[in-house]
Parts: sequence; structure tokens; C-alpha cells
Amino acid sequence: MLSDALLLQLGYNATLVAIGAALLGVSAGVTGTFLFLRKRALVSDAISHATLPGVCIAFMVMVALGGDGRNLIGLLLGSALSAWVGLLCLNWLTRHTRLAEDAAIGSVLSVFFGFGVVLLTVIQTMGVGRQAGLEGFLLGSTAGMLWADAMIIAVGGGATLLLILLLRRPMTLVSFDPEYAAARGLPVARIDLAMMGLVMAVTVVGLKIVGLILIVALLIIPPVTARFWTERSDRVVLLSGLAGGVSGFVGAAISASAPNLPTGPIIVLVSFALFALSMLLAPNRGVLAAILGHLRFQRRVHLRQGLLALAQGQPIYERLTLRLLSRAGFARADGVATELGRARAAKALRDEKRWEVVRADQSHEAAAALYDGLRDIETVLTKDQIVDIDRRIGGPQEVPA
Amino acid sequence: MSGEEFVPLSLTPLLIGIFAAVACALPGNFLVLRKQALIGDAISHVVLPGIVVAFLLTGVISAWPMMLGAAGAALLAVVMIEAIRRLGRIEPGAAMGVVFTTMFAGGVLLLEQTDTSSVHLDVEHALYGNLESLIWLDAVGWSSLLDAQALAGLPVELGRIAATLIGVIAFIWLFWRPLKISTFDEGFARTMGIRTNVLGLALVVVAAIAAVAAFDAVGSIIVIAMFICPPAAARMMTNQLERQIAWSIGFATTSAIVGYVFAGYGPLWLGAADAVSAAGMIATVSGVILALTALFGPCRKRAGAPAQA
Amino acid sequence: MLELASSNGIANTNEALAESPLAIRGLTVSYGQKPAVFSVDMTVQAGAMTAVIGPNGAGKSTMLKAALGIVKPLSGQVTAFGKPLEDQRARVAYVPQRASVDWDFPTRVIDVVLMGLYRELGLLGRLRGRHKAKAMDCLNRVGMRDFADRQIGQLSGGQQQRVFLARSLAQDADLYLLDEPFAGVDAATEKAIIAVLKSLKDAGKTVVVVHHDLATVTDYFDHVFLINTRKVAEGPVDVAFTAETLQAAYGGRLATAQIDQLSRAAG
Repeated sequence: MLSDALLLQLGYNATLVAIGAALLGVSAGVTGTFLFLRKRALVSDAISHATLPGVCIAFMVMVALGGDGRNLIGLLLGSALSAWVGLLCLNWLTRHTRLAEDAAIGSVLSVFFGFGVVLLTVIQTMGVGRQAGLEGFLLGSTAGMLWADAMIIAVGGGATLLLILLLRRPMTLVSFDPEYAAARGLPVARIDLAMMGLVMAVTVVGLKIVGLILIVALLIIPPVTARFWTERSDRVVLLSGLAGGVSGFVGAAISASAPNLPTGPIIVLVSFALFALSMLLAPNRGVLAAILGHLRFQRRVHLRQGLLALAQGQPIYERLTLRLLSRAGFARADGVATELGRARAAKALRDEKRWEVVRADQSHEAAAALYDGLRDIETVLTKDQIVDIDRRIGGPQEVPA
Repeated sequence: MSGEEFVPLSLTPLLIGIFAAVACALPGNFLVLRKQALIGDAISHVVLPGIVVAFLLTGVISAWPMMLGAAGAALLAVVMIEAIRRLGRIEPGAAMGVVFTTMFAGGVLLLEQTDTSSVHLDVEHALYGNLESLIWLDAVGWSSLLDAQALAGLPVELGRIAATLIGVIAFIWLFWRPLKISTFDEGFARTMGIRTNVLGLALVVVAAIAAVAAFDAVGSIIVIAMFICPPAAARMMTNQLERQIAWSIGFATTSAIVGYVFAGYGPLWLGAADAVSAAGMIATVSGVILALTALFGPCRKRAGAPAQA
Repeated sequence: MLELASSNGIANTNEALAESPLAIRGLTVSYGQKPAVFSVDMTVQAGAMTAVIGPNGAGKSTMLKAALGIVKPLSGQVTAFGKPLEDQRARVAYVPQRASVDWDFPTRVIDVVLMGLYRELGLLGRLRGRHKAKAMDCLNRVGMRDFADRQIGQLSGGQQQRVFLARSLAQDADLYLLDEPFAGVDAATEKAIIAVLKSLKDAGKTVVVVHHDLATVTDYFDHVFLINTRKVAEGPVDVAFTAETLQAAYGGRLATAQIDQLSRAAG
């Protein structure tokens, strides 16, 4: 079943939904990256929750005008409108009151959602059978979706992606270096607004598939996932789009392959699985790599400090230092230096003095800036330079026993 | 309205609404001042998976396992957020976004996968609660307040939220000084011997407990409004923490009462037949209060020297 | 000149350790994989006013915060008055950088000063008239008495710094650690702060100040501690604050002419 779904063999609608979800995932991943780099990831949470009253009002208006009320385009337009109002409220609160952004996000999110719930109950009382599964917008529902709706989602996903491609250059500039962008004469405020517009577009397109509570996951998780793999901004954008697209496609396919697998949550969980793997395994920024690196680093610090203490005949206070020294064969368990330890201690002390000369000498400023207590001096200076420094220090010195 | 109608149908939901709003607003004051308002957001979203897992493990819908499950989920969420923030070097907002959406998605999936049709647990309910259903069937009027037999039939949610409120008040009262000092100046608080990380975690746990207890009444998303709106509105009214707390209690109570009354009777006044969601209306009223204070509150703007020199 | 730093200044004996208001041994702190402070020893001289100086990013504040347990060090031991710092909290007062807190916090000046009495008051101890009187007295000493009921968000930078100082005075400590108290304050505040610090010294207290203005070191302080990731020098101003130690601490970042001028002032 699952392989059928992944290979788009589950019928026309499921295929359209999967394609739509993949396009949506790519759009969300790319848009989310800009948001993430602007450190405004959770603004999207306010925007998405703020869609609910709009959906309800659109439904009521369409019914009042004698329509069906379930017209997806109408509902999506309504949701976009109220998301926009929510965004304006959020911006106004942070700019014109003392509220910090987090409190403003939380209040817009919860109040709009609360008001939406009130409207939902109003609609429920308008007459049974006409509420038309508006609850589906909360958590997404693609089961039994009309062909036209699936088409709207696929087209919407594609259109959003196209818009992103058009806007990607100015948005990249603004999210990586707003000051530079402003200095180059880019309208930063307007580009920021366009960015939020894209977030809105992604949210609106995603409403039917993932639902308004979980759409924020598609905007946040892929960029965070991508960030583990690279330091280069353009690659974060690409990888994030990829992660989002894969999550969308695989999630939609899994969801179509069996009953009781709601699309939205599955897409989010697939996305999280990618994130968890990345966080654990990524080289450099991954957790395993970081833990190993930290342990290595801590050992280096302790060894170095221990050697310097040995060289100056100072007592060693820390047990970890002592253990590392004796394991390396530099000292006996009682803290007395071995032959090897004395030699290494003398070298450490001498390097320390060499560094001191380097750091006091203006002509070595570049090298001096690299000093961190651990770096081997041979890695920053040439042999000749070291010989020159040694001449200034004087002859070899005894290591106190 | 007569007592015969009010006491059985409205008294208990009203009290539960007020207690829930105040129990959330109290820790909310500190969350807002610590710029951790969205921790409230995260906590409230993970209450759902916590309750579902507790239900799956015990097989019954009963208060204590669910409270424990939800509190456990809140703790797990906080630990995960911290782990992602520190180990992955990811900014806190994004780390929160990753954790609470994932846990929420897990909760929804579990709920869909298990047969909960026989029990009183569904997604809609979890999202926006059902305050109106917490009625006191055994009451016949005000006299029931003195009738032991009728009192025994009080909804259990009332006792739970009342106990939670007392616990929250006790926590804030007992740790008032360290909470205030560490919220203002964490580094200084450490040098005074205050264990700031333990205290910070305790605050989050207390907020989580309040969120869980309020869950029955208002569901998992509207709780956020109770955490954030009354304290945020109160901040615009005064420049003193003690008074801010008092204002926030006032605003929370007002939201609960006005929200409940509007939800129940507003539609009737407008000529409609049925009531609307009380929880949603409470959130809406708290938002209106926030909007009014943001427009007219005496302390709505920052003043004096900027934070950075 | 090329003697290792740790052999400068005060003798590294056990007695010195036991008496010192603040003794740091082998302190290393790192943010990520680059040490901000590497293997630093410091022995603060009792009853003296010590300036901790070094270039930007040299780890001055980090060393202080790690010594106080505000940030977690990678290694190192800290004693205050010969005992672990944790047992001596009541005798140590810390004045953080002004910019490290959000002054939008809803509270009054007097309330901030009263925070200094927390150890005395405990969780639930009653706030009595004498506590308020003491707080007012501390405000008076920094010239802020008239501001007691003011909202802290309305203060200027210099006034904020004075309130912080008043809070530490309320602690009645024996060791005062101040992080950049002169950064971005007006001349009047700087004068007021230094007068208070000198009065503390005259009362036999020990004062340690993270300082950035080399021009005032000789006027204000009697001891210096130079740091640039590692300790560079430590000791009385006339011994440790020299052209050579400055060159060693600041490297190429300080013009030679500047150093000459400073060390002449010091000499």
C-alpha cells in the first residue's frame, strides 16, 4: 500500500494531494528559512491561528449570499484576510505598546483562535449539515476531498513556490543582513511584509492539508533541520526546501495508504523524523559530533592546564586533571611528574612563553589573535619565526622538579 | 435570573471559568515578564498528547492519571526545548516550534488511531473545551450550597481547579521574593544564593499544572489567552508588580464572567436561539480588554532610558 | 619581563589563599570550543581596590561571572575568605552590568534596593520599618534618595547604575564585585560611585571592579589584575600596571604612545 502511495498509484485525488503537499512543503521550507533566520519563527504561529475567524466569516457570508459556503477559494480568501488583520495587530502591539513580541504573538494567536471558536459554534447553530466540516481546517483533512479542491491545492502550492522564486534574492539579502540591505537601498520594511505575505500564502494553501494548528511546523522544522547540515545560507534555503518537500510528499503518501492516518500530523511527524536524524548525526553541528568534540576539548584543556601546573611546580587541584595526566603517562597518581611528563611540561611552558612574546609583539598581531590557550604555536608561526622568538626568550630553561 | 436556574446551570461553569482564568493569569505574569510567554503556548499544546498517552496507559478517563500525563508531557516538552536549544544551538522560538507541533501531531495521531468513541475525549473538545457542560445537576437553588448531598454532586472539575488555584497562589506567595528578584536580574539572583534554574523550572511546572486543570474547561488553545492576555493588559495599567498582579486577577475574573455571560445570553439578546462557545468568548473578551488597555492604558508605552547604553 | 604571569605579584602561598576575600585557581571558561578565560589564577588583596582590566572580549566579565557561579566554568576552583564561595554568599555583593537587565520591569527604585536585603529577609520575613530605612540610607549614599518612589524605567543610565550600587550596599557585604560600573554613565555618577567605593575601602571592605578606562586606573585603584584570556599581571598598581604589562595585555591594540603616556602616569 505504502509503496503504491509513494509511487502515486492511489488514484487521482491522492496523487494530486501528494503533489500539492510536496509543493507546499518546498514552499514552506524555503519561506520558513527566511523567517527562521530573522528569528521570527513563531510569528507564523500567530498568523496561522488568526485564519480561523476568516474561514468562519467567509462561510457565513457565502451562506448569507445564498451560496454553498463550502467554496474552498472563498474560504481561503477569508482566511487570508483575517490572517492579515492578525499580522497587523501583532505589528501594532509590538510597535506601539511596551509588549514584547512573544506576548504579542501569544495574545493574537489565542484571541483570534478563541473568536474563531465562537464563530464556529455560531455556524453550528445555523443549521445541521451546513457546517461543512470547517473543523477540518483545524487539523487538516484530505479524506474525501473534491477533485477541484485538490486541484486548487496543487495549483496554490505551485503558485506560492513561483512567487518565492521571484522574491528570493531580496528576501535572502534582508534576512541575512538587514542593515546591509537597507544601506543598499532595499525597502526592508516592504520586503519583510512580502515575507509575511508568503507565510500567509503558505498557511492558506496548507489549511486544507495540514490544518491551521500544525502548518507552523512546516515553516519551522525544515529550516531548523537544514541548519544542522551547512553554514552556508543559500544551502540552508535549498536543503530546507528539500526537507519540506520530502516531508510533504512522504507524509501525504503514508496518510493515503491506510485509514485513520490524518495527513497533517503524519507530515509533521515525518518532518520531525528528518529533524531528529539531522540533529543527532549531522557532522559539525550534530549532537553526537558536538558531545565528542566537547569531551575532546575538555580533555585538552585539563591536560594543558595540568602540564603548565607541573612545569611550574604547582599543586594540581582537580581530580580529572590528575587522572588525565596519569593516563597519558605524564604524572604518577600522586601528581609527581614522570620523565615524559617533565619533558612535555617544559614544552608547554616554553610554548606559553613563546605565545607571550607573540602577543606582546605588534608585528605578530594576526597570529596573536588566534591565541586561545590551546592552539599549538607551530600551527600559526613558521619554524624561522619560532627560532627567532626562542632567541629573544633566551636559552633552554630548566623545568622545576 | 432565579437561583433555581442559575445555581445548577451557571454557577459551577462560572466558578470554574474564573478559577481557571486566575490560576493561569498568576504564573502568566511572570512568564510575560520573563519573555517566556510562548512557553505557555508550548505547554498548552502538549497537554493533549499527555492526556492521550495517560488514557492509553490506564485505559480510563480519570482525573489524576491525566493530570500526571499532561504535567509529564509539559516537563518533557521543556526538557526537549532546552536540549534542542543548547545541543543544537537553535534559537528558543524555533526550538519551541519544533517540539510543541511535533508532540501535538503525535497526540492527534494517537487519538485518531485509538478507539475513543466510547469515552469522552475528542479532538474538538481538547482544542476548545466544554465549559458549558460542567453543570451541577444535583442543585435546586441557592439552598443547595448548604446541602451536603447536593454538594457531593458538584462537578469534580470544580474541586480540581479550586485546589490548583490554591496551589498556584501558595507557590506565588511563598516564592514571591525569589521570583521577583530572579525575573528582574537573574545573575544577581544567583549571587544571592537563589537557584534560578530550579525556580524557573518550578514556574513552568506550576504553569503546566494550571494549564492541565484549565484544560477541561477551556481546552488547550484558549488557555494561552488566559496565560498572556490578562497579565499583558495589566502591565499597561501600572508600573508596579504587586499592582500588576492585582490588575491581572481583576482582568482574568472579568473576562471569565463577561465571557460566560455573553456566550450564554448574548445570542439570546441578539435574537438567536443557541449559546456560543463560552471558552472562545472568554478569550475574545480578554482580547478586547487587552486592546482597550493597549489603546488607553496609562502605562502602555516604554519610558526613560533604553535598555542598552 | 618574560617571567610567567603567575609568578608576578602576590606570593602563591596557602596563607594568602586562606585570607584572600576571593581566590581563583585554574579557572577556564569557554563559550563553545574557544576558551574565553584560560587557566586563570587570581588572589584578591583584602582591603584593596582592584581593577580588572584588559581589552574587549578578554574575558573580564566572564571571569567574574564564572567565579560567582553565574556561568559554569569548564574547570577551576573558587574560594571566598578561605571557604567555598557557596558558604560565603552573604559576604559577597555583586553589581552586574547595567545593560544585563530589562529596566522595563514594573518596579520602583526602593524595591530594587530592597532586593539586596533578600538574604536577611528570607522567603517570608516581614519587611519592617528598619529595612526601609536602611534602603533609604543606601539610596542616600549614592545620591538617589529623592528617586525612591520612581519607576525604574524612567531612570537615566547613570541613575540606574547608582541604584544597582545602592542595592549592593544594602547587602552589607565584605567583598564587592562590580562589572563595568562606569560604562556609559555621566561624570557626576562616576564621581559619586568612586566616592562610595573609596568609603567602602576605608571601612575595610574589599572592592573589585571590571574596568575599561585605562586613564583612570591610577587615580581610582591601588591594585590591578590584567587579563587577556590568560592572566597577564596582578599586583599593586605601581608594579603591575606598566608599559610592559599593558603591551602584553593589549598587544598591538594599544598604540605605543598611549602606553607610554599611561605608564608615565602610573610611574
